Amino acid sequence: MTQDRYRRYPYFENEEDSKKSVAAAGGGGGGTAMRIIVPLQGVVQGRGGLVLGSVIPCALFYFLQLYLKRNRSSPPQNPSSTPLSPSTSSDQLTETSGLYRSSSRSHLSPRGSSGPAYISSRANSLARSGDSPYYVGLKKVSEDPYDAMSNPEGVIQLGLAENKLSLDLVQDWLSKNAKDSITGGEGNGDLNICGIATYQPFDGLVELKVAVAGFMSQVMGGGSVSFNPSQMVLTSGATPAVEILGFCLADRGNAFLVPSPYYPGFDRDIKSRTGVELISVPCRSADNFNLSIVALDRAFNQAKKRGIKVRGVLISNPSNPVGNLMSREMLSALLDFAREKNIHIISDEIFAGSTHGTEEFISMADVLETEDFDRSRVHIIYGLSKDLCLPGFRVGVIYTYNENVLAAAKRLARFSSISVPTQRLLISILLDNRFIKEFCVISRERLRRMYLAFTEGLNQLGIKCTKSSGGFYCWADMSGLIRSYSEKGELELWEKLLNIAKINATPGSSCHCIEPGWFRFCFTTLTENDIPVVMERIQKISATYKSSS
Amino acid sequence: MAIEIEQPSVVGLSNIAVSETHGENSPYFAGWKAYDENPYDELKNQSGVIQMGLAENQVSFDLIEEYLEQHSEAATWGNGLSGFRENALFQDYHGLTHFRKAMASFMEQIRGGRAKFDPNRIVLTAGATAANELLTFVLADPGDALLIPTPYYPGFDRDLRWRTGVKIVPVHCNSSNNYQITTKALEEAYSKAEAMNIRVRGLLLTNPSNPLGITVERPVLEEILDFVTRKNIHLVSDEIYSGSVFSPSEFTSTAEILEARNLKNSERVHIVYSLSKDLGLPGFRVGAIYSYNDQVVTTARRMSSFSLVSSQTQYLLASMLSDTKFTENYIKTNRQRLKKRYEMIVAGLRNAGIDCLKGNGGLFCWMNLSPFLETPTKEGELALWNTILHEVKLNISPGSSCHCSEPGWFRVCFANMSEKTLRVALKRINDFMEKRRAADQGILFSSL
Repeated sequence: MTQDRYRRYPYFENEEDSKKSVAAAGGGGGGTAMRIIVPLQGVVQGRGGLVLGSVIPCALFYFLQLYLKRNRSSPPQNPSSTPLSPSTSSDQLTETSGLYRSSSRSHLSPRGSSGPAYISSRANSLARSGDSPYYVGLKKVSEDPYDAMSNPEGVIQLGLAENKLSLDLVQDWLSKNAKDSITGGEGNGDLNICGIATYQPFDGLVELKVAVAGFMSQVMGGGSVSFNPSQMVLTSGATPAVEILGFCLADRGNAFLVPSPYYPGFDRDIKSRTGVELISVPCRSADNFNLSIVALDRAFNQAKKRGIKVRGVLISNPSNPVGNLMSREMLSALLDFAREKNIHIISDEIFAGSTHGTEEFISMADVLETEDFDRSRVHIIYGLSKDLCLPGFRVGVIYTYNENVLAAAKRLARFSSISVPTQRLLISILLDNRFIKEFCVISRERLRRMYLAFTEGLNQLGIKCTKSSGGFYCWADMSGLIRSYSEKGELELWEKLLNIAKINATPGSSCHCIEPGWFRFCFTTLTENDIPVVMERIQKISATYKSSS
Repeated sequence: MAIEIEQPSVVGLSNIAVSETHGENSPYFAGWKAYDENPYDELKNQSGVIQMGLAENQVSFDLIEEYLEQHSEAATWGNGLSGFRENALFQDYHGLTHFRKAMASFMEQIRGGRAKFDPNRIVLTAGATAANELLTFVLADPGDALLIPTPYYPGFDRDLRWRTGVKIVPVHCNSSNNYQITTKALEEAYSKAEAMNIRVRGLLLTNPSNPLGITVERPVLEEILDFVTRKNIHLVSDEIYSGSVFSPSEFTSTAEILEARNLKNSERVHIVYSLSKDLGLPGFRVGAIYSYNDQVVTTARRMSSFSLVSSQTQYLLASMLSDTKFTENYIKTNRQRLKKRYEMIVAGLRNAGIDCLKGNGGLFCWMNLSPFLETPTKEGELALWNTILHEVKLNISPGSSCHCSEPGWFRVCFANMSEKTLRVALKRINDFMEKRRAADQGILFSSL
């Protein structure tokens, strides 16, 4: 049931993609890649498709060479390429506008002996990755962002797990404490330029590690679990943290198992530069999308048969996009599985402080504290972008029990180091225990209110969500609104939502969900007043669907 | 029945994790360790090791301090924290427009307006270290190579090769012509790579040079551009010390050459910049790639997700670097102070009987100790370096770490300490050289 479902990619009619997709087999967003991958997978898995599997790539390769020969200029920029990260300010340029054209392009005379400057294959795969709905949607929002006052017809952002709900609390704190904190003055008003300007350890200031360890302890169980600052490496966001672990735990061509649906960003974070593959382990709605060890085991064995070495399992807990919390039993079972196969576990716990249900969050660290496991295979990812609402400041954490990984990650942190003035500021904020305690309580409360209001709104439209306990989103079953129960149908609905209802939501296929029709809606960029607007717009779509069916 | 004690399996790590390419077991870094264990302090530890291996600029901190104190709203998102909310959420890899504009203008000012920079071609990264690695990922595949003129910054071995899987092929330069890069040397290096079946993807030039502290002359830059065009490879021009050239007219940026050529063949050129050296702010982690190639700009920008600059820092610096009165004064004053320091150290070394390469920029001087080696070999150089580290208690960088083909040269940094400390260091060298001369004479007399 796991590997017979081929990888699903968004379907895009794009001639460029079909030619590039030969190189993209297994990665990237070219939709017609599906038609090549299936027979290829068939070849690899020894299940028919042998002829097609051999003929199609050869034919395409031949045509690719022919095409490249004829068109020696550097590949034109794909106009639908999109920013990977969103912007809330509307003056952000799209990638193709405003770029200064080098005059050598406009020369009509032949180029001479000098051909086009080479771009690496790793760069090319990144260039293609911007075509998936996840990124297209983000771009649409940045071009026409909804604002209740100034742009009420704009596109409403429900595709970005960004928390605006409690930023005012941080702002309040800053208005009372800002100046000293940033300049590192420690309350005496004197600027400590050496403390912020000079070279500091690339893996983060010790004081910040201590402060973050305390914060993690607070959010992940109210102080019952403790984190050791010297097992920490700080990085400029969780994105490089995930990539660094990818570089440390696996070689090019190896793979991690990832329960799906999963965060679309993992494809870029893990695969693009490391060359490590992600093998999807589908979870089913019947299990409320909870992980099954049986499915993991099956995926592991199938990979082995295909000659792919699995080096670890990557989980997110609370999960994204579903919002499940892993139970203690499941975490233990996962540890058993990892030990049996002698592989790593990467536990992305970035939403740990953003739980809103009654269920308690249990960190891997918690389980390791109470049970006697081989810890050197466990690595936790954390960051301040979600729980503290500060994605712009770029603070990520690798927390590892493996001293060799720690040593390597510390050295690699030089490529992704946090700005020191920002570190100083955060030390001040995080050490204010009273503020942090209050913040955590209020933040969760607001999150819960929004979650309930939003899911209730959907409920009234007849749209059910899975019961989730954490994260900034809900996982909604929109299959009742799609014409054909397939990825194509799902994407048609996604397009309607984006272009007609003007709502950016993330379709399940971007998250590698095998059941069509599921959508992730993030509600933390909204105010409570925006919810009726959203529901009204969704209703427009459902009404047209019902009337025409 | 025997009880089986279950030994936990050692879970494997990647080749990258266990590789030595980080280079931290080399002498270059061993000196760091010695410093960390016994750091000099003007008041508390006057017999400690003086760090002269770190290219950090502290000579103009007061100017930065003054600015921050007078413009506290820059550090606090404007009056009433008006800009805070948007800034805290801003994680767009395009970077703050206002900041990119300020960077472009700063880079233009450093070049005396002789080159123009389009803010839309600037890709921000967390430091030049990240910028150089990122460009390597974009321009080359694993197994490909970059040509780098020697001697070069020891960190390149790690930054450009470790995760990327790309190789470095040295282009040999030597003191006979003041280390100028010749077309002959370029061609030799390229052919050598070809002979080893290695595909060269680009040339990385550091201008002004680290560790030499000299600028690349204009005719040489022209030849280099011709060379990369002929071979159809890229040129990465690392200009992070451009603002640290003592006399602005002596620095020619690759950008100037390109503009003179009407940007013909410019899509193979990429400039790396940073605020760590010129502005003395390495802790801020601000680097930039300026590329004339649209595709490189787009791809590098996406890849910069792994190395974004804090939005808070961008906001603060946007304000500082847009203040042209501040930047003009800073650039001018900083150059003067660096020049003064350079002259001080070179004079001090000369008094001790040591010659240096005639430098014109950077945060270091290139010192010639080859007459004093026991044997004119790498081992001789390292033996002398060891003595200087453990007896004289100065951490300086041996030329062999920089892949210098001639033994006996050392890079000595002078801008990361107070003048007082520099004088202490110079005295120690002087004493050491005197002792050696006395010892030599002693041997001479005793052998009569």
